[in-house]
Amino acid sequence: MMPAHARPLGWLRHSLVLARRSMAKTRRNPGAVVNGVITPALFLVLFLYLFGGSVAGSTTGYLQYLFPGIVVMGAGLAGLVSTGTTINLDLKSGVTDRFRSLPISRIAPLLGSVLADIIRYLLAVGILFGIGILLGFRVHGGATATLAAAGLAVLFGFCLSWVTVLIGVLVRDANAVLAFSFITFLPLQLGTSLAAPTVTFPGWLRGWADLNPVSHVMDACRALLNGTPVTDTVASTLIWCALLFVVFCPLAVRAYGRQQ
Amino acid sequence: MHEYGVVAEGLAKRFGKTIALDSVGLAIPRGQILGLLGPNGAGKTTLIRILVTLLRCDRGHARVAGFDVACQPVQVRRRIALSGQHTSVDEELTGLANLVMIGQLLDLPRRQATQRGTELLTRFGLQDAAGRPVAGYSGGMRRRLDLAASLVGHPEVLFLDEPSAGLDPGKREEPWRMIRGLTADGVTVLLTTQYLEEADTLADAITVIDNGQVVAAGTPAELKRQVGGHTVAVRLNDPADTGSAAAILTAVAGRRPQTSTRNELVVPVTGDDDLFEITTRLRERGVGVTELSLRLPSLDEVFLALTGTPTTTTGPTKAA
Repeated sequence: MMPAHARPLGWLRHSLVLARRSMAKTRRNPGAVVNGVITPALFLVLFLYLFGGSVAGSTTGYLQYLFPGIVVMGAGLAGLVSTGTTINLDLKSGVTDRFRSLPISRIAPLLGSVLADIIRYLLAVGILFGIGILLGFRVHGGATATLAAAGLAVLFGFCLSWVTVLIGVLVRDANAVLAFSFITFLPLQLGTSLAAPTVTFPGWLRGWADLNPVSHVMDACRALLNGTPVTDTVASTLIWCALLFVVFCPLAVRAYGRQQ
Repeated sequence: MHEYGVVAEGLAKRFGKTIALDSVGLAIPRGQILGLLGPNGAGKTTLIRILVTLLRCDRGHARVAGFDVACQPVQVRRRIALSGQHTSVDEELTGLANLVMIGQLLDLPRRQATQRGTELLTRFGLQDAAGRPVAGYSGGMRRRLDLAASLVGHPEVLFLDEPSAGLDPGKREEPWRMIRGLTADGVTVLLTTQYLEEADTLADAITVIDNGQVVAAGTPAELKRQVGGHTVAVRLNDPADTGSAAAILTAVAGRRPQTSTRNELVVPVTGDDDLFEITTRLRERGVGVTELSLRLPSLDEVFLALTGTPTTTTGPTKAA
Protein backbone atom coordinates (compact mmCIF):
# COMPACT_ATOMS: atom_id res chain seq x y z
CA MET A 1 0.00 0.00 0.00
CA MET A 2 0.87 3.66 0.10
CA PRO A 3 4.29 4.16 1.63
CA ALA A 4 4.94 6.27 4.69
CA HIS A 5 3.49 9.71 5.21
CA ALA A 6 5.48 12.73 4.08
CA ARG A 7 9.03 11.86 5.04
CA PRO A 8 11.34 14.77 5.81
CA LEU A 9 12.98 16.52 2.87
CA GLY A 10 10.48 15.01 0.46
CA TRP A 11 10.61 18.09 -1.74
CA LEU A 12 14.37 17.72 -2.16
CA ARG A 13 14.25 13.97 -2.83
CA HIS A 14 11.45 14.40 -5.37
CA SER A 15 13.35 17.26 -7.01
CA LEU A 16 16.38 15.01 -7.38
CA VAL A 17 14.26 12.24 -8.93
CA LEU A 18 12.95 14.76 -11.44
CA ALA A 19 16.44 16.17 -12.01
CA ARG A 20 17.55 12.65 -12.97
CA ARG A 21 14.68 12.53 -15.44
CA SER A 22 15.86 15.78 -16.95
CA MET A 23 19.44 14.53 -17.17
CA ALA A 24 18.31 11.32 -18.84
CA LYS A 25 16.70 13.53 -21.46
CA THR A 26 19.91 15.52 -21.89
CA ARG A 27 21.87 12.32 -22.48
CA ARG A 28 19.46 11.45 -25.25
CA ASN A 29 19.29 14.94 -26.61
CA PRO A 30 22.35 16.98 -25.65
CA GLY A 31 21.17 20.12 -27.47
CA ALA A 32 21.09 22.36 -24.40
CA VAL A 33 24.69 21.63 -23.46
CA VAL A 34 25.83 21.97 -27.06
CA ASN A 35 24.05 25.31 -27.25
CA GLY A 36 25.69 26.45 -24.02
CA VAL A 37 29.09 25.60 -25.53
CA ILE A 38 28.89 26.31 -29.25
CA THR A 39 27.50 29.85 -29.10
CA PRO A 40 30.03 31.15 -26.54
CA ALA A 41 32.86 29.26 -28.24
CA LEU A 42 31.95 30.90 -31.56
CA PHE A 43 31.93 34.34 -29.97
CA LEU A 44 35.22 33.55 -28.28
CA VAL A 45 36.99 32.65 -31.52
CA LEU A 46 35.29 35.43 -33.48
CA PHE A 47 36.06 38.26 -31.05
CA LEU A 48 39.50 36.93 -30.25
CA TYR A 49 40.83 36.94 -33.79
CA LEU A 50 38.76 39.83 -35.18
CA PHE A 51 39.31 42.37 -32.43
CA GLY A 52 42.16 40.97 -30.36
CA GLY A 53 44.81 42.88 -32.21
CA SER A 54 43.08 46.25 -32.12
CA VAL A 55 41.53 46.08 -28.65
CA ALA A 56 44.43 44.67 -26.66
CA GLY A 57 47.35 44.81 -29.05
CA SER A 58 47.65 41.02 -29.18
CA THR A 59 45.32 38.02 -29.16
CA THR A 60 47.16 36.55 -26.16
CA GLY A 61 46.49 39.58 -24.01
CA TYR A 62 42.90 39.85 -25.27
CA LEU A 63 42.17 36.20 -24.49
CA GLN A 64 42.90 36.90 -20.81
CA TYR A 65 40.30 39.67 -20.90
CA LEU A 66 37.68 37.97 -23.09
CA PHE A 67 37.62 34.39 -21.82
CA PRO A 68 36.08 34.87 -18.33
CA GLY A 69 33.10 36.69 -19.87
CA ILE A 70 32.63 33.85 -22.34
CA VAL A 71 32.39 31.35 -19.46
CA VAL A 72 29.61 33.44 -17.89
CA MET A 73 27.83 33.60 -21.23
CA GLY A 74 28.02 29.81 -21.47
CA ALA A 75 26.45 29.28 -18.06
CA GLY A 76 23.72 31.79 -18.80
CA LEU A 77 22.89 30.36 -22.21
CA ALA A 78 22.73 26.73 -21.16
CA GLY A 79 19.91 27.61 -18.79
CA LEU A 80 18.25 30.22 -20.94
CA VAL A 81 17.32 27.79 -23.66
CA SER A 82 16.78 24.58 -21.75
CA THR A 83 14.74 25.01 -18.56
CA GLY A 84 12.02 27.30 -19.85
CA THR A 85 11.45 25.24 -22.96
CA THR A 86 11.42 21.92 -21.13
CA ILE A 87 8.88 23.12 -18.60
CA ASN A 88 6.77 24.66 -21.30
CA LEU A 89 6.69 21.39 -23.24
CA ASP A 90 5.90 19.44 -20.05
CA LEU A 91 2.96 21.70 -19.32
CA LYS A 92 1.50 21.05 -22.73
CA SER A 93 1.90 17.31 -22.63
CA GLY A 94 0.02 15.53 -19.88
CA VAL A 95 3.14 14.89 -17.79
CA THR A 96 2.62 17.97 -15.64
CA ASP A 97 -0.94 16.97 -14.81
CA ARG A 98 0.37 13.64 -13.61
CA PHE A 99 3.04 15.35 -11.48
CA ARG A 100 0.49 17.71 -10.01
CA SER A 101 -1.90 14.93 -9.13
CA LEU A 102 0.91 13.16 -7.25
CA PRO A 103 1.46 13.87 -3.55
CA ILE A 104 4.68 15.82 -4.19
CA SER A 105 5.63 19.41 -3.48
CA ARG A 106 4.70 21.88 -6.18
CA ILE A 107 8.26 23.13 -6.32
CA ALA A 108 9.73 19.70 -7.11
CA PRO A 109 9.17 19.62 -10.91
CA LEU A 110 10.61 23.14 -11.28
CA LEU A 111 13.51 22.66 -8.90
CA GLY A 112 14.29 19.30 -10.49
CA SER A 113 14.57 20.89 -13.89
CA VAL A 114 16.77 23.72 -12.60
CA LEU A 115 19.00 21.33 -10.63
CA ALA A 116 19.59 19.32 -13.78
CA ASP A 117 20.55 22.60 -15.40
CA ILE A 118 23.35 23.03 -12.87
CA ILE A 119 24.90 19.84 -14.19
CA ARG A 120 24.51 21.23 -17.69
CA TYR A 121 26.22 24.50 -16.69
CA LEU A 122 29.05 22.59 -15.09
CA LEU A 123 29.48 20.61 -18.28
CA ALA A 124 29.32 23.73 -20.44
CA VAL A 125 31.73 25.63 -18.20
CA GLY A 126 34.11 22.66 -18.07
CA ILE A 127 34.19 22.28 -21.85
CA LEU A 128 34.67 26.04 -22.30
CA PHE A 129 37.63 25.98 -19.92
CA GLY A 130 39.13 23.22 -22.05
CA ILE A 131 38.70 25.30 -25.21
CA GLY A 132 40.10 28.41 -23.51
CA ILE A 133 43.21 26.60 -22.30
CA LEU A 134 43.75 25.11 -25.75
CA LEU A 135 43.63 28.63 -27.20
CA GLY A 136 46.23 29.75 -24.69
CA PHE A 137 44.27 31.08 -21.71
CA ARG A 138 46.21 30.91 -18.45
CA VAL A 139 44.72 31.11 -14.98
CA HIS A 140 46.62 33.52 -12.74
CA GLY A 141 44.34 33.49 -9.75
CA GLY A 142 45.04 30.08 -8.21
CA ALA A 143 42.85 27.00 -7.80
CA THR A 144 40.50 28.48 -5.19
CA ALA A 145 39.88 31.57 -7.28
CA THR A 146 39.25 29.41 -10.36
CA LEU A 147 36.68 27.33 -8.51
CA ALA A 148 35.13 30.51 -7.16
CA ALA A 149 34.88 31.96 -10.67
CA ALA A 150 33.29 28.79 -12.07
CA GLY A 151 31.00 28.67 -9.02
CA LEU A 152 29.87 32.27 -9.54
CA ALA A 153 29.11 31.63 -13.21
CA VAL A 154 27.07 28.52 -12.35
CA LEU A 155 25.30 30.23 -9.44
CA PHE A 156 24.34 33.10 -11.70
CA GLY A 157 23.08 30.68 -14.34
CA PHE A 158 20.99 28.93 -11.66
CA CYS A 159 19.42 32.17 -10.48
CA LEU A 160 18.81 33.42 -14.01
CA SER A 161 17.07 30.11 -14.82
CA TRP A 162 14.14 31.07 -12.62
CA VAL A 163 13.37 33.95 -14.98
CA THR A 164 13.06 31.51 -17.88
CA VAL A 165 11.13 29.08 -15.69
CA LEU A 166 8.58 31.81 -15.04
CA ILE A 167 8.38 32.60 -18.75
CA GLY A 168 8.14 28.90 -19.58
CA VAL A 169 5.16 28.56 -17.25
CA LEU A 170 3.40 31.72 -18.44
CA VAL A 171 3.66 31.63 -22.23
CA ARG A 172 1.77 29.22 -24.45
CA ASP A 173 4.37 28.37 -26.98
CA ALA A 174 7.80 26.81 -26.62
CA ASN A 175 8.94 28.90 -29.58
CA ALA A 176 8.02 32.04 -27.64
CA VAL A 177 10.38 30.92 -24.87
CA LEU A 178 13.15 30.53 -27.42
CA ALA A 179 12.28 33.88 -29.01
CA PHE A 180 12.56 35.51 -25.62
CA SER A 181 15.98 34.08 -25.00
CA PHE A 182 17.16 35.37 -28.37
CA ILE A 183 15.68 38.82 -27.84
CA THR A 184 17.32 39.15 -24.44
CA PHE A 185 20.58 37.64 -25.64
CA LEU A 186 21.86 40.79 -27.28
CA PRO A 187 21.34 43.34 -24.50
CA LEU A 188 21.86 40.88 -21.65
CA GLN A 189 24.91 38.96 -22.84
CA LEU A 190 26.58 41.35 -25.30
CA GLY A 191 25.61 44.68 -23.72
CA THR A 192 28.22 43.97 -21.06
CA SER A 193 31.91 44.23 -20.36
CA LEU A 194 32.31 40.96 -22.31
CA ALA A 195 34.38 42.25 -25.22
CA ALA A 196 35.74 45.54 -23.92
CA PRO A 197 35.81 47.55 -20.68
CA THR A 198 32.63 49.61 -20.29
CA VAL A 199 34.64 52.87 -19.93
CA THR A 200 35.21 52.73 -23.70
CA PHE A 201 31.43 52.65 -24.45
CA PRO A 202 29.27 55.65 -25.43
CA GLY A 203 27.33 57.01 -22.47
CA TRP A 204 23.96 55.27 -23.04
CA LEU A 205 25.53 51.87 -23.55
CA ARG A 206 27.88 52.35 -20.65
CA GLY A 207 24.91 53.22 -18.43
CA TRP A 208 23.23 49.95 -19.38
CA ALA A 209 26.34 47.78 -19.27
CA ASP A 210 27.28 49.06 -15.81
CA LEU A 211 23.78 48.30 -14.57
CA ASN A 212 23.54 44.90 -16.28
CA PRO A 213 24.04 42.13 -13.71
CA VAL A 214 25.80 40.01 -16.34
CA SER A 215 28.59 42.64 -16.45
CA HIS A 216 29.12 42.27 -12.72
CA VAL A 217 29.43 38.49 -12.99
CA MET A 218 31.83 38.82 -15.91
CA ASP A 219 33.94 41.41 -14.05
CA ALA A 220 34.05 39.20 -10.97
CA CYS A 221 35.11 36.12 -12.94
CA ARG A 222 37.69 38.12 -14.86
CA ALA A 223 39.25 39.46 -11.69
CA LEU A 224 39.25 36.03 -10.02
CA LEU A 225 40.78 34.21 -12.99
CA ASN A 226 43.40 36.87 -13.72
CA GLY A 227 44.33 37.32 -10.09
CA THR A 228 43.49 41.03 -10.12
CA PRO A 229 41.61 42.76 -7.25
CA VAL A 230 37.95 41.72 -7.24
CA THR A 231 36.85 44.98 -5.55
CA ASP A 232 33.06 44.90 -5.09
CA THR A 233 32.30 42.75 -8.15
CA VAL A 234 31.84 39.49 -6.23
CA ALA A 235 29.57 41.13 -3.69
CA SER A 236 27.39 42.75 -6.34
CA THR A 237 27.20 39.44 -8.23
CA LEU A 238 25.98 37.69 -5.10
CA ILE A 239 23.45 40.43 -4.45
CA TRP A 240 22.13 40.15 -8.00
CA CYS A 241 21.92 36.36 -7.72
CA ALA A 242 19.97 36.64 -4.47
CA LEU A 243 17.66 39.23 -5.99
CA LEU A 244 16.90 37.16 -9.08
CA PHE A 245 16.27 34.08 -6.98
CA VAL A 246 14.14 35.72 -4.32
CA VAL A 247 11.94 37.48 -6.86
CA PHE A 248 11.58 34.94 -9.66
CA CYS A 249 11.61 31.60 -7.84
CA PRO A 250 8.44 32.30 -5.80
CA LEU A 251 6.75 33.90 -8.82
CA ALA A 252 7.51 30.84 -10.95
CA VAL A 253 6.31 28.38 -8.30
CA ARG A 254 3.12 30.37 -7.79
CA ALA A 255 2.42 30.60 -11.51
CA TYR A 256 3.10 26.87 -11.86
CA GLY A 257 0.70 26.04 -9.04
CA ARG A 258 -2.02 28.10 -10.64
CA GLN A 259 -1.47 27.15 -14.25
CA GLN A 260 -4.35 25.10 -15.64
CA MET B 1 -14.26 2.96 6.04
CA HIS B 2 -16.00 5.25 3.58
CA GLU B 3 -18.73 3.75 1.51
CA TYR B 4 -18.16 5.82 -1.63
CA GLY B 5 -15.00 6.23 -3.67
CA VAL B 6 -16.27 9.52 -5.03
CA VAL B 7 -19.12 11.76 -3.89
CA ALA B 8 -19.72 15.15 -5.43
CA GLU B 9 -22.50 17.61 -4.83
CA GLY B 10 -23.45 20.81 -6.58
CA LEU B 11 -20.08 21.31 -8.29
CA ALA B 12 -19.94 24.48 -10.33
CA LYS B 13 -17.13 26.06 -12.31
CA ARG B 14 -17.08 29.01 -14.62
CA PHE B 15 -14.31 30.18 -16.92
CA GLY B 16 -14.92 33.82 -17.69
CA LYS B 17 -18.40 33.87 -19.19
CA THR B 18 -18.49 30.18 -20.04
CA ILE B 19 -20.20 27.95 -17.52
CA ALA B 20 -18.22 24.72 -17.61
CA LEU B 21 -20.09 23.03 -14.77
CA ASP B 22 -23.45 24.04 -13.42
CA SER B 23 -24.23 22.10 -10.26
CA VAL B 24 -23.06 18.58 -11.01
CA GLY B 25 -23.46 15.75 -8.51
CA LEU B 26 -22.52 12.09 -8.62
CA ALA B 27 -21.66 9.18 -6.34
CA ILE B 28 -19.59 6.08 -7.02
CA PRO B 29 -19.72 3.22 -4.50
CA ARG B 30 -16.32 1.76 -3.68
CA GLY B 31 -15.04 -0.72 -6.23
CA GLN B 32 -17.45 0.32 -8.95
CA ILE B 33 -16.95 1.93 -12.35
CA LEU B 34 -18.88 5.05 -13.25
CA GLY B 35 -18.97 6.06 -16.89
CA LEU B 36 -19.20 9.81 -17.40
CA LEU B 37 -20.68 10.33 -20.81
CA GLY B 38 -21.00 13.52 -22.79
CA PRO B 39 -19.97 15.29 -25.96
CA ASN B 40 -16.89 17.50 -26.28
CA GLY B 41 -17.23 20.59 -24.16
CA ALA B 42 -19.86 19.03 -21.89
CA GLY B 43 -17.68 19.57 -18.82
CA LYS B 44 -16.24 16.07 -18.37
CA THR B 45 -12.61 17.13 -18.21
CA THR B 46 -13.39 20.08 -15.93
CA LEU B 47 -15.19 17.74 -13.54
CA ILE B 48 -12.25 15.32 -13.50
CA ARG B 49 -9.75 18.11 -12.92
CA ILE B 50 -11.73 19.30 -9.91
CA LEU B 51 -11.92 15.79 -8.48
CA VAL B 52 -8.16 15.18 -8.88
CA THR B 53 -7.37 18.53 -7.16
CA LEU B 54 -5.94 20.18 -10.28
CA LEU B 55 -8.69 22.76 -10.36
CA ARG B 56 -10.75 24.45 -7.65
CA CYS B 57 -14.50 24.56 -8.02
CA ASP B 58 -16.43 27.78 -7.53
CA ARG B 59 -19.27 26.11 -5.61
CA GLY B 60 -20.19 22.70 -4.25
CA HIS B 61 -17.99 20.09 -2.61
CA ALA B 62 -16.57 16.68 -3.32
CA ARG B 63 -14.96 13.87 -1.36
CA VAL B 64 -12.61 11.44 -3.01
CA ALA B 65 -11.46 8.32 -1.13
CA GLY B 66 -13.09 9.88 1.93
CA PHE B 67 -11.22 13.21 1.81
CA ASP B 68 -12.40 16.64 0.78
CA VAL B 69 -10.77 17.71 -2.51
CA ALA B 70 -10.65 21.37 -1.53
CA CYS B 71 -9.50 21.08 2.11
CA GLN B 72 -7.40 17.89 2.02
CA PRO B 73 -5.81 17.82 -1.44
CA VAL B 74 -2.65 16.06 -0.24
CA GLN B 75 -4.58 13.17 1.31
CA VAL B 76 -6.62 12.92 -1.86
CA ARG B 77 -3.49 12.88 -4.07
CA ARG B 78 -2.08 10.05 -1.99
CA ARG B 79 -5.03 7.86 -2.90
CA ILE B 80 -5.82 8.68 -6.50
CA ALA B 81 -4.30 8.40 -9.92
CA LEU B 82 -5.06 10.14 -13.16
CA SER B 83 -4.69 8.76 -16.62
CA GLY B 84 -5.13 11.65 -18.94
CA GLN B 85 -6.82 12.25 -22.23
CA HIS B 86 -3.47 13.04 -23.73
CA THR B 87 -0.90 10.46 -22.87
CA SER B 88 0.92 11.69 -19.80
CA VAL B 89 4.07 9.61 -19.93
CA ASP B 90 7.47 10.99 -20.82
CA GLU B 91 8.22 10.38 -24.49
CA GLU B 92 11.98 10.47 -24.14
CA LEU B 93 12.28 8.07 -21.21
CA THR B 94 11.96 4.31 -21.52
CA GLY B 95 8.80 2.58 -20.39
CA LEU B 96 10.49 1.26 -17.26
CA ALA B 97 12.15 4.60 -16.44
CA ASN B 98 8.74 6.26 -16.54
CA LEU B 99 7.30 3.84 -14.01
CA VAL B 100 10.38 3.91 -11.76
CA MET B 101 10.24 7.70 -11.71
CA ILE B 102 6.60 7.68 -10.61
CA GLY B 103 7.40 5.05 -7.99
CA GLN B 104 10.20 7.19 -6.58
CA LEU B 105 7.96 10.25 -6.55
CA LEU B 106 5.61 8.12 -4.46
CA ASP B 107 8.48 7.52 -2.01
CA LEU B 108 9.24 3.96 -3.00
CA PRO B 109 12.94 3.11 -2.67
CA ARG B 110 14.60 2.67 -6.04
CA ARG B 111 14.75 -1.12 -5.87
CA GLN B 112 11.10 -1.44 -4.96
CA ALA B 113 10.13 1.09 -7.62
CA THR B 114 11.97 -0.97 -10.23
CA GLN B 115 10.29 -4.13 -8.99
CA ARG B 116 6.83 -2.56 -9.10
CA GLY B 117 7.54 -1.09 -12.55
CA THR B 118 8.65 -4.42 -13.96
CA GLU B 119 5.65 -6.16 -12.46
CA LEU B 120 3.24 -3.65 -14.04
CA LEU B 121 4.98 -3.78 -17.43
CA THR B 122 4.58 -7.55 -17.43
CA ARG B 123 0.95 -7.28 -16.40
CA PHE B 124 0.27 -4.89 -19.29
CA GLY B 125 2.21 -6.93 -21.82
CA LEU B 126 4.96 -4.36 -22.23
CA GLN B 127 7.91 -6.30 -20.78
CA ASP B 128 9.59 -6.56 -24.18
CA ALA B 129 9.41 -2.79 -24.69
CA ALA B 130 10.55 -1.92 -21.14
CA GLY B 131 13.96 -0.62 -22.23
CA ARG B 132 12.79 1.34 -25.27
CA PRO B 133 11.95 5.06 -25.27
CA VAL B 134 8.21 5.68 -25.25
CA ALA B 135 8.51 7.81 -28.40
CA GLY B 136 8.71 4.55 -30.37
CA TYR B 137 5.59 3.01 -28.78
CA SER B 138 2.35 2.55 -30.69
CA GLY B 139 -0.79 4.37 -29.56
CA GLY B 140 -2.11 1.29 -27.83
CA MET B 141 1.18 0.64 -26.03
CA ARG B 142 1.31 4.22 -24.78
CA ARG B 143 -2.21 3.92 -23.47
CA ARG B 144 -1.29 0.76 -21.61
CA LEU B 145 1.86 2.35 -20.20
CA ASP B 146 -0.16 5.35 -19.11
CA LEU B 147 -2.58 3.08 -17.32
CA ALA B 148 0.33 1.18 -15.75
CA ALA B 149 1.85 4.50 -14.60
CA SER B 150 -1.37 5.40 -12.84
CA LEU B 151 -1.35 2.10 -10.93
CA VAL B 152 2.17 2.35 -9.49
CA GLY B 153 0.91 3.75 -6.19
CA HIS B 154 -2.00 1.30 -5.75
CA PRO B 155 -4.63 4.05 -6.01
CA GLU B 156 -8.00 3.67 -4.32
CA VAL B 157 -9.69 5.80 -6.94
CA LEU B 158 -8.66 5.95 -10.56
CA PHE B 159 -9.67 8.69 -12.97
CA LEU B 160 -9.51 7.81 -16.63
CA ASP B 161 -10.09 10.64 -19.03
CA GLU B 162 -11.17 9.10 -22.35
CA PRO B 163 -9.04 5.97 -22.04
CA SER B 164 -9.66 4.88 -25.61
CA ALA B 165 -9.72 8.24 -27.39
CA GLY B 166 -7.62 8.09 -30.52
CA LEU B 167 -7.49 4.30 -30.59
CA ASP B 168 -8.91 2.29 -33.48
CA PRO B 169 -12.21 0.67 -32.53
CA GLY B 170 -10.51 -2.73 -32.68
CA LYS B 171 -7.85 -1.62 -30.19
CA ARG B 172 -10.29 -0.51 -27.51
CA GLU B 173 -10.80 -4.01 -26.21
CA GLU B 174 -7.29 -3.97 -24.80
CA PRO B 175 -7.60 -1.08 -22.33
CA TRP B 176 -11.12 -2.25 -21.50
CA ARG B 177 -9.87 -5.62 -20.36
CA MET B 178 -7.26 -3.96 -18.16
CA ILE B 179 -9.76 -1.56 -16.61
CA ARG B 180 -12.21 -4.33 -15.84
CA GLY B 181 -9.42 -6.22 -14.10
CA LEU B 182 -8.85 -3.30 -11.71
CA THR B 183 -12.19 -3.31 -10.00
CA ALA B 184 -11.51 -6.87 -8.95
CA ASP B 185 -8.89 -5.29 -6.65
CA GLY B 186 -11.49 -2.94 -5.18
CA VAL B 187 -10.41 0.14 -7.14
CA THR B 188 -13.10 2.74 -7.76
CA VAL B 189 -12.99 4.03 -11.33
CA LEU B 190 -14.42 7.16 -12.91
CA LEU B 191 -14.00 7.07 -16.65
CA THR B 192 -15.08 9.68 -19.14
CA THR B 193 -15.95 8.72 -22.65
CA GLN B 194 -17.69 9.88 -25.76
CA TYR B 195 -18.54 6.33 -26.73
CA LEU B 196 -21.75 4.88 -25.40
CA GLU B 197 -20.39 1.46 -26.21
CA GLU B 198 -17.43 1.99 -23.92
CA ALA B 199 -19.58 3.12 -21.02
CA ASP B 200 -21.95 0.26 -21.72
CA THR B 201 -19.19 -2.36 -21.68
CA LEU B 202 -17.35 -1.14 -18.63
CA ALA B 203 -19.53 0.87 -16.32
CA ASP B 204 -21.71 -0.23 -13.43
CA ALA B 205 -23.49 3.10 -13.71
CA ILE B 206 -23.53 5.95 -16.21
CA THR B 207 -23.92 9.67 -15.70
CA VAL B 208 -24.61 11.71 -18.79
CA ILE B 209 -23.68 15.37 -18.73
CA ASP B 210 -24.25 18.06 -21.28
CA ASN B 211 -23.65 21.79 -21.03
CA GLY B 212 -22.29 21.34 -17.53
CA GLN B 213 -25.38 19.61 -16.20
CA VAL B 214 -26.35 16.04 -15.41
CA VAL B 215 -29.02 15.09 -17.94
CA ALA B 216 -29.34 11.43 -16.99
CA ALA B 217 -27.96 8.94 -14.51
CA GLY B 218 -28.52 5.25 -14.00
CA THR B 219 -27.33 1.79 -14.91
CA PRO B 220 -26.65 1.12 -18.59
CA ALA B 221 -29.82 -0.97 -18.77
CA GLU B 222 -31.93 1.81 -17.29
CA LEU B 223 -30.53 4.34 -19.73
CA LYS B 224 -31.08 2.06 -22.66
CA ARG B 225 -34.67 1.61 -21.71
CA GLN B 226 -35.02 5.39 -21.84
CA VAL B 227 -33.31 5.54 -25.19
CA GLY B 228 -35.04 2.60 -26.80
CA GLY B 229 -32.23 0.08 -26.99
CA HIS B 230 -31.04 -1.37 -30.25
CA THR B 231 -32.13 -0.95 -33.81
CA VAL B 232 -32.51 -3.86 -36.21
CA ALA B 233 -31.96 -3.21 -39.91
CA VAL B 234 -32.93 -5.80 -42.51
CA ARG B 235 -32.13 -5.59 -46.21
CA LEU B 236 -34.09 -7.96 -48.41
CA ASN B 237 -33.00 -10.07 -51.35
CA ASP B 238 -36.26 -9.56 -53.11
CA PRO B 239 -38.31 -6.35 -52.79
CA ALA B 240 -41.43 -8.49 -53.20
CA ASP B 241 -40.90 -9.78 -49.66
CA THR B 242 -41.24 -6.30 -48.13
CA GLY B 243 -44.81 -6.91 -47.00
CA SER B 244 -44.15 -10.13 -45.10
CA ALA B 245 -40.88 -8.87 -43.63
CA ALA B 246 -42.59 -5.73 -42.35
CA ALA B 247 -45.29 -7.86 -40.78
CA ILE B 248 -42.68 -9.95 -38.92
CA LEU B 249 -40.83 -6.88 -37.66
CA THR B 250 -44.05 -5.25 -36.52
CA ALA B 251 -45.10 -8.38 -34.69
CA VAL B 252 -41.79 -8.78 -32.84
CA ALA B 253 -40.80 -5.15 -32.18
CA GLY B 254 -44.28 -3.91 -31.47
CA ARG B 255 -44.05 -1.04 -33.92
CA ARG B 256 -44.04 -0.61 -37.66
CA PRO B 257 -40.59 -0.56 -39.31
CA GLN B 258 -39.45 2.36 -41.39
CA THR B 259 -38.49 1.67 -44.96
CA SER B 260 -35.29 3.38 -45.87
CA THR B 261 -33.55 3.34 -49.23
CA ARG B 262 -32.60 0.16 -51.05
CA ASN B 263 -35.11 -2.24 -49.55
CA GLU B 264 -33.94 -1.70 -46.00
CA LEU B 265 -36.35 -1.97 -43.11
CA VAL B 266 -35.36 -0.40 -39.81
CA VAL B 267 -37.06 -0.84 -36.45
CA PRO B 268 -36.02 -0.14 -32.83
CA VAL B 269 -36.15 -3.19 -30.55
CA THR B 270 -36.14 -3.41 -26.76
CA GLY B 271 -35.96 -7.09 -25.82
CA ASP B 272 -32.65 -8.97 -25.78
CA ASP B 273 -34.13 -11.85 -27.81
CA ASP B 274 -35.86 -9.74 -30.43
CA LEU B 275 -33.11 -10.16 -33.00
CA PHE B 276 -33.17 -13.95 -32.68
CA GLU B 277 -36.95 -13.97 -32.88
CA ILE B 278 -36.81 -11.89 -36.06
CA THR B 279 -34.21 -14.10 -37.75
CA THR B 280 -36.14 -17.25 -36.82
CA ARG B 281 -39.37 -15.93 -38.24
CA LEU B 282 -37.69 -14.66 -41.41
CA ARG B 283 -36.31 -18.13 -41.97
CA GLU B 284 -39.65 -19.82 -41.31
CA ARG B 285 -41.26 -17.62 -43.96
CA GLY B 286 -38.36 -18.13 -46.36
CA VAL B 287 -37.60 -14.42 -46.62
CA GLY B 288 -34.14 -13.97 -48.18
CA VAL B 289 -31.90 -11.41 -46.49
CA THR B 290 -28.71 -9.81 -47.87
CA GLU B 291 -27.87 -7.81 -44.79
CA LEU B 292 -29.03 -7.96 -41.21
CA SER B 293 -27.63 -5.77 -38.46
CA LEU B 294 -28.16 -4.90 -34.84
CA ARG B 295 -27.06 -1.37 -33.99
CA LEU B 296 -26.57 0.26 -30.62
CA PRO B 297 -28.02 3.71 -30.35
CA SER B 298 -25.32 6.25 -31.11
CA LEU B 299 -24.36 8.92 -28.62
CA ASP B 300 -26.34 11.39 -30.69
CA GLU B 301 -29.41 9.22 -30.40
CA VAL B 302 -28.91 8.97 -26.65
CA PHE B 303 -28.78 12.71 -26.39
CA LEU B 304 -31.71 13.16 -28.67
CA ALA B 305 -33.69 10.85 -26.45
CA LEU B 306 -32.43 12.25 -23.14
CA THR B 307 -32.45 15.94 -23.86
CA GLY B 308 -34.88 16.23 -26.72
CA THR B 309 -32.34 18.27 -28.67
CA PRO B 310 -29.64 17.04 -30.99
CA THR B 311 -26.15 17.60 -29.66
CA THR B 312 -23.67 19.99 -31.13
CA THR B 313 -20.80 17.67 -30.42
CA THR B 314 -18.02 19.78 -31.82
CA GLY B 315 -19.30 23.32 -31.49
CA PRO B 316 -18.07 25.76 -28.83
CA THR B 317 -19.53 25.36 -25.36
CA LYS B 318 -22.86 27.01 -25.21
CA ALA B 319 -23.23 29.70 -22.59
CA ALA B 320 -25.97 28.50 -20.28
